[in-house]
Amino acid sequence: MSQTDDDLPIFRSAKRLVNPKQARNRQEVLVILASSLAAVALSLLVGALVLWISGKDATALFEKMWDNLTSSAKLYETVDRATPIIIAAVAVAIGFKMNLFNIGVEGQYLMGVFFAAVIGTKLHLPSVLHIAVIVVVAMVFGSLWAAIAAVLKVTRGVNEVIATIMLNALALNLIDFLFSDYFRYESASLDVKTKPLPTTAWFPELVTGKLSAYILVALFVAFLYWLIVFKSRFGYRLRASGINPGAARTGGIAANRMVLASMLISGALAGLVGLKYLLGDSHAYGPTRPEGFGFSGIAVALLGRNHPAGIVVSAMLFGFLDSLNGPLQIAKIPTSIVFVIKAIIVLGVVIVNEVVSVKVARRTADRTAAQLAVAGVAA
Amino acid sequence: MGSNTLAVQLEGIEKRFPGVIANHDVNLNVREGTIHAIVGENGAGKSTLMKTLYGMHQPEAGTIRVHGEVRHFRSPSDAIAAGIGMVHQHFMLADNLTVLENILLGAEPTSRGVIRFAEAREKLTQIMKAIHAHVDLDALVSQLGVGQRQRVEILKVLYRGARILILDEPTAVLVPQEVDELFENLRQLVNDGATVIFISHKLDEVLAVSDDITVIRSGTTVAEVKPGEVNRLKLGELMVGSELPSPHGRTSEVGETVRLRVQDITVKGAGERPSVDHVSFEIRTGEVLGIAGVEGNGQFELCQAILGIAGHTHGTVELNGTDVTKASVQHRLEGGLSYIPFDRHREGLLLTSPLWENTLLGRDGDPQFLNGPFVATAAAKADARQVIADFDVRTPSELVPAFALSGGNQQKLLVGRELASRPGVLIAAHPTRGVDIGAQAAIWDKMRAARDAGLAILLISADLEELIGLSDRILVMFDGRVTAKLNPADATPELLGTYMTGAQQEAA
Repeated sequence: MSQTDDDLPIFRSAKRLVNPKQARNRQEVLVILASSLAAVALSLLVGALVLWISGKDATALFEKMWDNLTSSAKLYETVDRATPIIIAAVAVAIGFKMNLFNIGVEGQYLMGVFFAAVIGTKLHLPSVLHIAVIVVVAMVFGSLWAAIAAVLKVTRGVNEVIATIMLNALALNLIDFLFSDYFRYESASLDVKTKPLPTTAWFPELVTGKLSAYILVALFVAFLYWLIVFKSRFGYRLRASGINPGAARTGGIAANRMVLASMLISGALAGLVGLKYLLGDSHAYGPTRPEGFGFSGIAVALLGRNHPAGIVVSAMLFGFLDSLNGPLQIAKIPTSIVFVIKAIIVLGVVIVNEVVSVKVARRTADRTAAQLAVAGVAA
Repeated sequence: MGSNTLAVQLEGIEKRFPGVIANHDVNLNVREGTIHAIVGENGAGKSTLMKTLYGMHQPEAGTIRVHGEVRHFRSPSDAIAAGIGMVHQHFMLADNLTVLENILLGAEPTSRGVIRFAEAREKLTQIMKAIHAHVDLDALVSQLGVGQRQRVEILKVLYRGARILILDEPTAVLVPQEVDELFENLRQLVNDGATVIFISHKLDEVLAVSDDITVIRSGTTVAEVKPGEVNRLKLGELMVGSELPSPHGRTSEVGETVRLRVQDITVKGAGERPSVDHVSFEIRTGEVLGIAGVEGNGQFELCQAILGIAGHTHGTVELNGTDVTKASVQHRLEGGLSYIPFDRHREGLLLTSPLWENTLLGRDGDPQFLNGPFVATAAAKADARQVIADFDVRTPSELVPAFALSGGNQQKLLVGRELASRPGVLIAAHPTRGVDIGAQAAIWDKMRAARDAGLAILLISADLEELIGLSDRILVMFDGRVTAKLNPADATPELLGTYMTGAQQEAA
């Protein structure tokens, strides 16, 4: 915050418009929304530009987007694709709130989904109970995998970014080894998978063939995140540690314990990410396993500013962009353009967020001073 | 001493921030070759005015004349070009560079890309000779004490050719002996023809060192006096517009019960020497034990050990008769310990969080702020409003983020939080650091009231007047050890200073 920020004309006029009494939150939200939308629009334009330069039909991109927006089947697909991203983003966001960067959501959910598949086939339970046990198994394994990084950080000071990156690679190869050597189910078909789950472990669908009811789990997770992080005592202590570990420590909050707790919760939630695939789609672990949600989760947590509503909306945007994969392929447009657009959105929004938060902070300070000055005159 | 030509003349300066008039109708005449003090409470507009003069922002109205010539500074580099230099309150030095490298940083004399160190060394030696200062140019800044670092900042400004120096609260971080040295350097500087503008709210120093004094109150210049014409009290009254507070006076008695007993505490230091070396003391009900010492002599580590944040290698801590040596921080807080930290930003506040979340910190286990596993938001907010009202924290509401408050108000909020839980023992580290004289009086009042009600206070302060005024007993810490025990009735800042610099020790 340099002193010269004050003197930007645009900033000065914006400040004059503010009603100091109430506008603070609304104003902030509007600025953030507008700037995020601008970033999305800009990234679409850049995507089109890339297509145009490479000699592809750039307008087809927008046509396909419009088609998807107006097709109910494609909208269901959007929500369905957003489901695991919401959960992954919440898992990442819990870490962010404690100032931890959990890059390991990817590995944590792979561990969760694999062991859930393996253990789930061995159980014979009534439907709801069967699903509940599988959910717990996935959460426990996700959590255990995250715990390794947490314990390393607390006892040895190992940076969690490095530890979780390494654990991702470890998880992937460990699972490949276990799968191909021990848990491959020799069925008559060529379909190589683990032994399929009995139907008691199948997750119901909201719209048959189009939308898994697992979206309700994702929304519940987002709600729970809001309740725990923003409303509970534990969440307060978590946020305090994340904002200022020094102050939290003098306030009697043991930083190490908060690191452990947030990593374990993050890992447990990560364990839920892969279950839409396991319980809703494939009913077994196989080569079509979910991939990349850990990284989408990081992007979406950033986009949604670690707020549950922001996360759900951003995940829907990602789900929508992902739903373009099929149509674009048919139109002979390289689907990697979707990645380009997603990447530019994230970059754009992150940059805009930084700029806006500095401005908003400065304005809040000025407005507080202004309100006091006004009060002083009145008194 | 001093001539009658004006080095700096400010006329009718007005500086507005949205909704706030920080300076209005400011007139300032600084004679060449003098030390000119600008005094005023925090928030009176001293710093804003100096930033205007230094080109960090532009005034809405008024003229700036330097040596009679009207100037418009668009940035500090314009001001530097006009021979104005500023030494900020917080030093801006790179620890891992040498003194010489720090001074040259950003103004390196080069030939074909190679820095001409010898030439710079020559020039600096001359400057140091002229102001009777000596700093080892090849020492690493990280090895220097606070006084030496300040000297480096001054050299940095002089090296860039400044003839008009602005010093923002230069004595805030110094012990009395260092203050004397600084003033000696400033004296030589003005004898050499330079001009010094000296911002302070320490009135004794201002009276001792300056040739002219301008008083700023509520954003405007209210008086221009000479040190011979006023005394401390009069100057203070000009500054606050009312009667001056004092840290002195007590009406209650020290009780019998020992609230805090620290025995033989030793904390491991970074090097071979322990940072706290076998320190023992007791504080009783209603007693204030002051600890004097130059910062970095183990006070911080001692507090951390008492609070249970950093482990100590030896010794015990007893709180209200219970041994808490192995207890967690939270357990000690719940046992009635409270802490006003050294650095309110690093250890005290959640700057981006609203005030009510700040007053809750460390007290979130109190059943009145809990609703099952959830924070009882309404109760926490009501409590914050109470703290704000009781401690006169100037804020529009409890929903404002902490960074939006001025330093003095942040400190009042912190002190309010720590006293609100009605602790039995308070560790108060620099409770009034960086707050203005009005807020200081309010904080002293509250601490005294709590003490009279039985609070035992461990007071650590660099403000020796505060220390002497509030304490019932004073310990001096030097190099991790208690080197002297003094009765505040016999202690003067000068005497404390000799113990604090290690020049003198008594068997403790």
